[in-house]
Amino acid sequence: MEIFRVKKDIPFMSYRRISAVISVAIFFFSVLFLITRGLNLGVEFTGGTMLEVNYPKTANIENIRTTLSDIGLNDTQVQNFGTTKDVLIRLPITKNLSIADLSEKVSAALKASNPLVEIRRVESVGSQVGDELYEDGALAILFVCLGIMLYLSMRFEWRFAVAAIIANLHDVIIILGFFAFFQWEFNLTVLAAVLAVLGYSVNESVVVFDRVRENFKRMRKVAVTEVINNAITRTMSRTIMTHLSTQTVVISMLIFGGEILHNFALALTIGILFGIYSSIMVGCPIAIWLGTNQNNLSVIHSNPNKKI
Amino acid sequence: MNQYASWKYILILCSIVLSLIYVVPNFYGESYAIQIMPIKSGGEIETSALETVESSLANANLINTGLIYEPSNIKVKFNSAEEQLKAKSAVQDALGQKYVVALNLISNSPTWLSNIGALPMHLGLDLRGGVHFLMQVDLSKALDKTTRGYLRDIRLSLRKDKVAYYDAQKNNDIIQIKFKSENDLNKGKNIIRDINPDFDFQEIYLDNEIILKIIISNKTKKAITEFAIKQNLETLNNRVNELGVAEPVIQQQGLDRIVVQLPGVQDTAKAKEILGRTALLEMRMVDEEHSDTATIEKAQNGAPPFGTELFYDRFQNPILVKKEVILTGERITNAGPSVDSQTGQSIVSITLDSAGARIFKEVTRENIGKKMALLLIEKNITEVITAPVIKGEIGGGRVQITGMRNAQEATDIALLLRSGSLAAPMEIIEERTVGPSMGKENISKGVQSTIWGFIAIVIMMIIYYMLFGVISVIGLSVNLLFLVALLSVIQATLTLPGLAAIALTLGMAIDTNVLINERIRDEIRNGNTPQASIHMGYEKAWGTILDSNITTMIAGLALIIFGSGPIRGFAVVLVLGILTSMYSAIFVSRGIVNYIYGNKRRITKLSIGEIFKVDNN
Repeated sequence: MEIFRVKKDIPFMSYRRISAVISVAIFFFSVLFLITRGLNLGVEFTGGTMLEVNYPKTANIENIRTTLSDIGLNDTQVQNFGTTKDVLIRLPITKNLSIADLSEKVSAALKASNPLVEIRRVESVGSQVGDELYEDGALAILFVCLGIMLYLSMRFEWRFAVAAIIANLHDVIIILGFFAFFQWEFNLTVLAAVLAVLGYSVNESVVVFDRVRENFKRMRKVAVTEVINNAITRTMSRTIMTHLSTQTVVISMLIFGGEILHNFALALTIGILFGIYSSIMVGCPIAIWLGTNQNNLSVIHSNPNKKI
Repeated sequence: MNQYASWKYILILCSIVLSLIYVVPNFYGESYAIQIMPIKSGGEIETSALETVESSLANANLINTGLIYEPSNIKVKFNSAEEQLKAKSAVQDALGQKYVVALNLISNSPTWLSNIGALPMHLGLDLRGGVHFLMQVDLSKALDKTTRGYLRDIRLSLRKDKVAYYDAQKNNDIIQIKFKSENDLNKGKNIIRDINPDFDFQEIYLDNEIILKIIISNKTKKAITEFAIKQNLETLNNRVNELGVAEPVIQQQGLDRIVVQLPGVQDTAKAKEILGRTALLEMRMVDEEHSDTATIEKAQNGAPPFGTELFYDRFQNPILVKKEVILTGERITNAGPSVDSQTGQSIVSITLDSAGARIFKEVTRENIGKKMALLLIEKNITEVITAPVIKGEIGGGRVQITGMRNAQEATDIALLLRSGSLAAPMEIIEERTVGPSMGKENISKGVQSTIWGFIAIVIMMIIYYMLFGVISVIGLSVNLLFLVALLSVIQATLTLPGLAAIALTLGMAIDTNVLINERIRDEIRNGNTPQASIHMGYEKAWGTILDSNITTMIAGLALIIFGSGPIRGFAVVLVLGILTSMYSAIFVSRGIVNYIYGNKRRITKLSIGEIFKVDNN
């Protein structure tokens, strides 16, 4: 079986003006949503307390709210979580109560109002930890970008490195844009997914660029766009199979992974889908635009693949 | 060209067999067990304790399914949770105060496996249930306390050697002493240097006095903070021991934080109370010279005389106490509740270490007839437990504290004093609690995701690449095997994100095989012979595989460096998964391909699925 049956190379690069418009538009909207709506950050980042509780029967959200406001907690967020029996309670940091005392107070109040309640999970984070995680997250993204760029500059050349990283950041911004637009909770696991996407979707660019480099050696007198079109077309089958398998696992996570892995899997899905698009329709045009050609690639770097 | 030397096959087989051995313990399941540990962390179990355990179980008619005796602990397995609970109380009653009995789950894997280090994967709290605390240590308080201690030592030494000084006080972490003459200053400096040779001095000469500034060097400060963290870790260890938790984790994180993980603990309120207790015992002299009614009244209005503080005793009587601390709870080596044979009152008898005993002897000798106050500081509330008159010199370091309300209080205070005090106060800045049912659910969710994802990949690969698909799938299975074996061997903590990473790694690892298979198809498409195509396919794919794996590795390393907790678990699995996939997808799969095709002289076709011919420029 072969899914991708093409006789002639698909002229991907001739659509690069259209894709540029699309990319800029998506990028613009993502940034817009990020600015106007912002990310719905999890307690790990904002600080605060989150309790996941389970009732044997359908939970009475209103009751829980009153119970909480009875003990002086008004600024609470109470919502169902997965099923009608599971409830997620979110509380901001309070000035006069330490996080350790707050969670005990809430647990005690909930148990007093309904002894059948089961406190399944508590997560309390002080403000200083949240700030640090925020900082560490940003540092991690920076580290990954620089690391990948450095590696690709060494293995290919700077034009590819820049093109690949822009294509990648494009994916990251879009994931963030989706999370901002739908107000899905952005927690630590989602951050991990974003970073995994950064590492994973660059593979796509690497595979295409690798083929481009090879083609430059083979197709001496052909236009750069033709060379790139051929590289993309020839790697299309691999692209589809690889992403299909990764996406299969991610779908399996969406179905079986439960609430905790749900947003993680969502971030990966967006990252995978846009990763395919961006490495082809963002990375390659940028590489062309930066002036990639036969001379600055194949000459400097002779074949490094002499192993196995 | 497609043949492997036999050592390569032997290597593959060995690695698979070895991995199988190390994966096996994960499938044995766990049984209910009790774990008996000495109450003092790091202590050893006496041989008599083992007999007591065995006889108490026999008396309670409880049959154990296995008993493991180690110098540091005894583990006894049972068939049911009910028996486990019964055994816990029976054994605890028989052993008494010297040992703690905790509930635990122990792997059923045979002992010969554990002896070669084959253990089940170490599950994180989100998979097994329990409490995780991150505590911030307030090191400035430790510094403050030590500076106060230095001030006290300096005063004592100067007085002892009869060096004239006046007005010794501390200003943050600088101690200031005023001397009248150059001669006194020099004598004083020598004495002070004996206390800590790392002090830096600074002198200010005024008209009729010389101010000596004693600055605590950075080296000393570092030592103080390191000591404070160490002391807190030890205290926490002791307290957790009293809680009776099997396999707790108590570790320093960063410069001034401590992580405490208590698997299986559900009563978070009790855990917090015991961990967070900052009970501190201080012995200070009562300022009797200023204890007239007028001064005390003034002190009650917030203006105590210089160098004193006002506290209340248990009957709400105000007592004016000097700021200077003679001894703190740190000098206590042992504490136990007992009863005063004369009055029948509950008391706590404490034993001081040699330095403490010496100070106590000196102070009692010099202050006969005066009152000494014992202060208990808990949750920032200071209370005078008792303030007896010193009747005579007390040597030997054995001190009795009277004034306990009842026997229970004597026991509680003894426990607190015994488990040590915290060198610096701590605050919980992160708490994660996961219920036991949630942990089990999380495991099943993670495992289900992996299994179904894996099955889907198997189907896709075989349909698309036929025999080569089967080979890729074998490579992928071996990858999963290696990954789980590696995680078991290094005992990395497996979290739910870690389980997700296993699933994700499978999805990503197949990329390697897809790249290889597509390359082989390409080569055939270009008109190469099947054997040459296999060879070229693997060779040409290698560079791409290396590049793409290294970039993913960079992301994984960033997560290990900057991530914490469950995220680091995700990253560790991701990075290990990349390493195992390189080995299994390239080396092992090539081995299988070579085994199938390598020896055949004539192959007309490879079973790699249909190859569509294209025009090639």
